[in-house]
Amino acid sequence: MTRLETTGGLIGRTVERVEDAGLLTGRGRYIDDLPVRRDTAHLAILRSPHGHAGISAINTHAARALPGVIAVMTGADVARLTRSMTVGVKANVECWPIARDRVRYVGEPVALVVAENRYVAEDALDLIEVDYETLAAVIDPEKALAADAPVLHPSLGTNLINERAFRYGDPEKAFAAAAHRVSIRIAYPRNSCTPIETYGVIAEYDPGEDAYDVTANFQGPFSIHAVISRALNVPGNRMRLRTPPDSGGSFGIKQGVFPYVILAAVAARVSARPVKWIEDRLEHLTASVSATNRVTTLEAAVTADGRITALSWDQLEDCGAHLRAPEPATLYRMHGNMTGAYAIENVAIRNRVVLTNKTPTGLNRGFGGPQIYFALERLVHKIGDELLLDPLDVIRRNLVPADAFPYRTATGGLLDSGDYRAALDRATTEGRLDALRRQRDAARAQGRLYGIGYAAVVEPSVSNMGYITTVLTPEERAKAGPKNGAQAVATVAIDPLGSVTVKVASVPQGQGHRTVLAQVVAERLGLAMDKVRVNTELDTERDAWSIASGNYASRFAPAVAGAAALAADRIRARLATIAARQLNVTPDRVDFRAGTLLDRDNPDNAVSFGRVAAASHWAPGTLPEGTDQTIRETVFWTPDELQAPTAADGINSSLCHGFIFDFCGVEIDRKTGQVRIDRYVTMHDCGRILHPGMVDGQVRGGFAQAVGAALYEEYAYGGDGSFLTGTLADYLIPTVMETPEPLILHYETPSPFTPLGAKGVGEGNCMSTPVCIANAVADALGVEDIRLPLSPSRVSEWLYGEERPPSKPLDQTPVATGASGERMLTGSGSAEVTATRESVWAMLLDPNTLKAIIPGAHEVRKVSDTHFRAEVTLGIGPVKGRYRADIRLSDMVEPETVTLSGGTEGALGSGRGTGRVTLTETTTGTRIDYRYEAAIGGKVASVGGRLLDGAARVVIGQFFQALARHAGGGAPPSAAAGFIQRLLHLFGRHR
Amino acid sequence: MPRMNAARKHPVDFTLNGRTVRAEAENRMLLSDLLRHEIGLTGTHVGCEHGVCGACTVQIDGRPARACLTLAQQVRGGDVRTVEALSRDPAELSPLQAAFRRHHGLQCGFCTPGILMSLDVLLRERPDAGREDIREHLSGHLCRCTGYATIVEAALAAAEEQRKEEKPNV
Repeated sequence: MTRLETTGGLIGRTVERVEDAGLLTGRGRYIDDLPVRRDTAHLAILRSPHGHAGISAINTHAARALPGVIAVMTGADVARLTRSMTVGVKANVECWPIARDRVRYVGEPVALVVAENRYVAEDALDLIEVDYETLAAVIDPEKALAADAPVLHPSLGTNLINERAFRYGDPEKAFAAAAHRVSIRIAYPRNSCTPIETYGVIAEYDPGEDAYDVTANFQGPFSIHAVISRALNVPGNRMRLRTPPDSGGSFGIKQGVFPYVILAAVAARVSARPVKWIEDRLEHLTASVSATNRVTTLEAAVTADGRITALSWDQLEDCGAHLRAPEPATLYRMHGNMTGAYAIENVAIRNRVVLTNKTPTGLNRGFGGPQIYFALERLVHKIGDELLLDPLDVIRRNLVPADAFPYRTATGGLLDSGDYRAALDRATTEGRLDALRRQRDAARAQGRLYGIGYAAVVEPSVSNMGYITTVLTPEERAKAGPKNGAQAVATVAIDPLGSVTVKVASVPQGQGHRTVLAQVVAERLGLAMDKVRVNTELDTERDAWSIASGNYASRFAPAVAGAAALAADRIRARLATIAARQLNVTPDRVDFRAGTLLDRDNPDNAVSFGRVAAASHWAPGTLPEGTDQTIRETVFWTPDELQAPTAADGINSSLCHGFIFDFCGVEIDRKTGQVRIDRYVTMHDCGRILHPGMVDGQVRGGFAQAVGAALYEEYAYGGDGSFLTGTLADYLIPTVMETPEPLILHYETPSPFTPLGAKGVGEGNCMSTPVCIANAVADALGVEDIRLPLSPSRVSEWLYGEERPPSKPLDQTPVATGASGERMLTGSGSAEVTATRESVWAMLLDPNTLKAIIPGAHEVRKVSDTHFRAEVTLGIGPVKGRYRADIRLSDMVEPETVTLSGGTEGALGSGRGTGRVTLTETTTGTRIDYRYEAAIGGKVASVGGRLLDGAARVVIGQFFQALARHAGGGAPPSAAAGFIQRLLHLFGRHR
Repeated sequence: MPRMNAARKHPVDFTLNGRTVRAEAENRMLLSDLLRHEIGLTGTHVGCEHGVCGACTVQIDGRPARACLTLAQQVRGGDVRTVEALSRDPAELSPLQAAFRRHHGLQCGFCTPGILMSLDVLLRERPDAGREDIREHLSGHLCRCTGYATIVEAALAAAEEQRKEEKPNV
């Protein structure tokens, strides 16, 4: 069976979407399009340029004085009005939406400015002076565990915030008895399905009622509403959260807007104005949210014929600088399906969660799936390699058999339905695997690099709200009380003219929920689709909702659409009773067709839907006794299968489990290392399909994002915590040219656990595709340690080894003595001027002279005789930025020598260093000798050494020329002017 | 161009969707902000503010242009067209828009206005555009929802329809 037959005429059909007319004509209503109160002010956020630093002082005077600025707030101001956000594990840490005494990732909010408009607010950000004491940063999750690693949260005393071990079945026995033990180690990178619309929040505060009213393009889960209310220190009914009618994509990411809900709410309160904040792209990529990176060691006990009898997982999860709700959910969402699509009875798991100086993590399409399946499916391929078996046979041999459903996994999951082998076989036949294999053989015969990869995964959907409590010990859970279930809600209402409105708490971001709900409810009530109108905006003050509400974990089709069907069925039953009396038949004979209710045995005996439906409004006295109104019906539905974790840590983490089997052929360009996806086949069992066009749209969209994750996308960090991919020119999202068209196949086995038989489908390819492509690349190259993204440079390294040094030596190699990841530059040089030592000395210590000769200086201020502050604007390559330099003088021997030390800060980078200047009398004037050492971090350091050095040379040249001119003419700068010194100038550090 | 004071707003006269408009803008104001926040045409979306994503694409003097990389003052005397003007009748979709709906060429719709404005130029200038032309043209736009295939199909269908209308006998 490929597709289930459609029965009622609407469900299962690819109808045009009701959403599209507005979106195509520019009439969408996204958050930044909504009308706001006339007195709305605008929020901008100052963010940390450092991965790890103490904040010793924040001076906001100049920012406050700027005309148009309404309020400036620091972490201390926010903390006075809020509480720390709830942390999901037992640990002595706080989690604030803005830094207080320490910044722990680049982009962490440090100060807030509210102003009349965004332009002025950003001007004011430039005027805030923050004194940072930089600290060593830790980026690598394994290094974060080292005894001498910098600790992010001193109260915690370690970066390891949670550790749990699990044991299911008898893994030790299975490993002892195994014919083979095969293991693999994986480091899965950071990435994000980053939507094209960024975050947005509009917040108001009513001091009379101590109540907040916030509109945000939040996506759920609304369990986060509780976190927000608690942080704002108000009961839930005084934290009204609304969502806009349209949202420009999310893919999980917009869950992460909630810290900004708190910040904007406080900003509105402090400034006594409604406040609006729209995140910009740099903010979004740097600091919104990210998927977790994870280091996994996975070992399998395998029989001689390739049957896996046990798995042993060791997962080290990197959640970034703070454990922000609902983390560490990424690590636990898959807990019930850690055995994937396979029947494996014995499992051991060690889960550790570590904090590093990176952006805190959160929801991201696939949520936990890409990380586990990359390890599991790479391992399955490796088992094939080591046992000299076809990996496809290893997959087939281990799949959960068709007669085992519903199948209880070792870790407590309940796989609802499927016939995995049949689906796999259909995929290989219809996807023409044989032809692909011949193609591989032919390509290899010609010496080309061609590989085939497979991946079999189960795609969980409809999360159990209790799964995250698996992170607690059974004792801790017993104390806290059980958490389970997943309330879905839908309301069907009929107005006095008999037209139908559906209201849900599903908060879509483009998934077409309004269309599918109209299909479902119209079919149930025998109406044309356009007689049903659907509203998916959510208002926590007026609408029915619960903690599971929202758009995540692929819950719409299985849970929300199901709840709508149940609500429609309840109304339908009552309408049938009312109509039965009017038609003079029994209710079971009433049928709903084409806008009428009729006697199925005598279709001429009919009454219009509107007339029956209106009775509850116009003539409630005519309703048969015992029949409730048909005005409005709200159904909450939570599946019984979603139970709390057992005492033995068994957890059915998700209600539904779709099945996906993918295979692909890739060719690698031997010269460039470019990976080209030649053919991609993806087979899905997502239960009953409600709208084939949308299901394929979800598959293609997830696939395109997965291609990005496999080949292009990575949130890259320097060793000092600097963020290196802050623009869409650095973080490479596939365009149409990089996105092949997959062959999409379906195998429908309805879920017995959902009202409509549907399972989720939105995330599967984000789980299956990266590893499928990686397996194909491994097959092509014979390389085991495959790391993503598979960029040409990385693939070339596997092809050719590391890049050889050029035949002609480059400039002198900088001596690296700074923190890892910073660019170290040292050097020395000299220049001659005609002035006396005394006058040069005076010049170098005079702010006015310095302002005149430092390229790009706006201001040089003398704080004390030995302390200067400078503001400079400099462009380095494409990166033009404003920097603030802080310079202190020491070891002064007037007029001979002085040591300069200090640091410089800007949004685009930072630097620090020391330099010794010596003035020597010559026959014609003065020779200035320099010796400098500097470390450069942040985005500017990522523009590349040659560019940086070149820019430095220009800037230093300008400085010397200006100095020479100022000193009354004289020799131009020495060609060998100090290298490091140039750098200091570059950053305006040169007083 | 006269020298303008950075601290003040200056008038910007231009043609917007066929009508003459006079707006006021500081020198540094972006065209995207002028359209969205001063004039109130919010169909043009801002996705990256550095010219990569293409969501803000409008037509200036008939050419596709990034509104986020254009200063409002640069369109003085110019002719700007936005997604709001693609269909002559607000109750109807243009053939290109209708093709997008028919082929599910959008999901969240955020990138869509920019894509429509780009394709509109392509189909006007190159009525014979085929799949590869369309793909190349679309490569200046990022869409995070659809995986692009349905966008290409929609554009191909619109091109085909346009060719049929122009040569009814062929």
